[in-house]
Amino acid sequence: MSKIAIKVESLSKAYQLGNIGTGTISRDIERWWAKMRGKEDPFLRIGEKNDRALKGSNNVVYSLKDINFEIEQGDSVGIIGRNGAGKSTLLKILSKVTAPTTGKISGNGRVASLLEVGTGFHPELTGRENIYLNGAMLGMRKHEIDKKFDEIVDFSGVERYIDTPVKRYSSGMYVRLAFAVAAHLESEILIVDEVLAVGDVEFQSKSIGKMNQIQSEQGRTVLFVSHNMEIINRLCKKTIWLNNGNMIEYGSTNLVIDSYKKKIKEDTFIDIEDLKSNRIIIHSCELKNKDALFNGDVMEFKISITHLVEESIDDNFIFEFYREGMLSFISTTFHINTFQKNSKVLLFKTPKYLFNPGFYSMNLKVVDKTGNYFEYLYLKDVITFEVIDDGIRRGAYKLGWDGPVSPLFDFIYE
Amino acid sequence: MKDKFDWQIEGKSSLIDLKFKDVWSYRDLLWLLVRRDFVSFYKQTILGPLWFFIQPLLTTVMFTFVFGKLGGFKTDGLPQPLFYMAGITAWNYFADCLTKTSTVFKDNANIFGKVYFPRLIMPLSIVMSNLVKFGVQMILFMLMIAYYVIIKNENCIPNYYILLFPVLIILMAILGLGMGMIISALTTKYRDLSFLVTFGVQLLMYATTVVYPLSTVKSEFSWMVKLNPMTSIIETFRYGFLGNATFSWSSLAYTSSFAFIVLFLGIIIFNKVERTFVDTI
Repeated sequence: MSKIAIKVESLSKAYQLGNIGTGTISRDIERWWAKMRGKEDPFLRIGEKNDRALKGSNNVVYSLKDINFEIEQGDSVGIIGRNGAGKSTLLKILSKVTAPTTGKISGNGRVASLLEVGTGFHPELTGRENIYLNGAMLGMRKHEIDKKFDEIVDFSGVERYIDTPVKRYSSGMYVRLAFAVAAHLESEILIVDEVLAVGDVEFQSKSIGKMNQIQSEQGRTVLFVSHNMEIINRLCKKTIWLNNGNMIEYGSTNLVIDSYKKKIKEDTFIDIEDLKSNRIIIHSCELKNKDALFNGDVMEFKISITHLVEESIDDNFIFEFYREGMLSFISTTFHINTFQKNSKVLLFKTPKYLFNPGFYSMNLKVVDKTGNYFEYLYLKDVITFEVIDDGIRRGAYKLGWDGPVSPLFDFIYE
Repeated sequence: MKDKFDWQIEGKSSLIDLKFKDVWSYRDLLWLLVRRDFVSFYKQTILGPLWFFIQPLLTTVMFTFVFGKLGGFKTDGLPQPLFYMAGITAWNYFADCLTKTSTVFKDNANIFGKVYFPRLIMPLSIVMSNLVKFGVQMILFMLMIAYYVIIKNENCIPNYYILLFPVLIILMAILGLGMGMIISALTTKYRDLSFLVTFGVQLLMYATTVVYPLSTVKSEFSWMVKLNPMTSIIETFRYGFLGNATFSWSSLAYTSSFAFIVLFLGIIIFNKVERTFVDTI
């Protein structure tokens, strides 16, 4: 029977909202003074008024709630979920960057984590100096780095510039060097956040290959967060699916990804409770033909709204589109003057071939009409959808394209 | 079946766990961080270490003019520039350690949010990096002593108490580190406190015997000045290097116990804050 590498028992992480402190003494004194005179708290945000009925339950938000799982030694486990599902929090706790609120994690073997590429790199130092500094930060001793040094340089492919300050490196070289350091850590457990999203395609496949090798040849345990289902599928035997801080499913990757994709397609409406502020209600957010969207389609969005107060017809909308966790683009309504008084629906269409095929999610913000950008409402993942390639632009090319969008231009040879 | 585990992470940690073992296993990082500070400082400025000279020199000139010439402050019979230089050099090391340590969470929020290593390494590296600057300024100070002794023939010759110098360095480092860590923990909750630090350090300097000797402080106030743990350090420093000041073993013992208590409290508070500060900053 194989040994357990990580055991997580009833792990929770709570964040406090609102009332714990304003961050400065002067403001805390001001607040205290207002309270003494029986005035309203001057720093309470609009929309989070201290409602008696909500009090107590509303001040704490669970980023992770009662998570339990075990990972066996030599397993590779992927972690998937929407933005804000708790993936990064879980990795941060596992790598000791922040402490859990309750619960216990036990483990066997040294943990190395790569939450960001190139943490602690100093631009003035040379590549060589940064390898040592970064390696030591990640938990390596100097003699261990000495031993691995040539391998690291070799993998990164920057040996010509190893004695040049890294501020002169191109961003690609920088990322390659940083990943190389982390990939050569001598640890039994490797934790990797979505860091492979940076860098070019060639580097991505090289680093995935390296992670595969770490896991299969060296028998080390790998935990990996990604929005890219394809990479998870290639790298991980098992997958954990998190949603709103709860673990929905943990099992073999194929099964979990299937049910995750199924769930994404079902989600059209979100819980009405979440969509209310004291100015405006968003009833629903619909996307036409959501189940079969091709990049060549015109996508039609429909948002149903009720204004609770007169002034809110002047409010502006901001739509943020995320592709596999990375911001693709933003669209806004600032250029349109106002909502019509009786209108209940906001419609918009996106042009053909705007979306680069992949998984998307959309966030919605309601902000004031002035330039102050005061947020009345911020809804995350109001709609999630998959854009499928229609193959028209493809030719003989089989793989995907990088980048947030992939518009199709009118190319003309003359 | 009970499994055996190498490590555990729990919601609560014991208060007295000082994590020295953890720090020891990261000692290479400590050294590399000191090196980083040093190298990056040299690479960034053309004048490099020359800056280290300019600040104490100009301050000495200013103090000599304002307090020595205009104010007519006594200096224990020592040449005025030498007297002020001694105070400034020692005070600067303490002040640098304190102010730099007090912003350690803010300055390193980026790194701390992404990778774990014992956070104590950072303030320790600050104290050691500052030692380089202190060393350079000490050279300047020694040159000044030589000038006054050999050329000006002044009676300001070091005595055996100069051997206490390493102890003084350690005490200053501990005081700066301990107080800085306590403040750094508070600044994660109250950010405006950091403005107070720079200002407070300046005020504290006037409550220390930097611009005046302890011997001239009226007896009804002297307990206040002596309560300040930096006083006996500066006085001992002057006594050892220049041969004249107010030295007493008992006040040095007071400073030592003060320093160690502050350090102990500092580490406990620091370790408590480091576990969750990432969520608040």
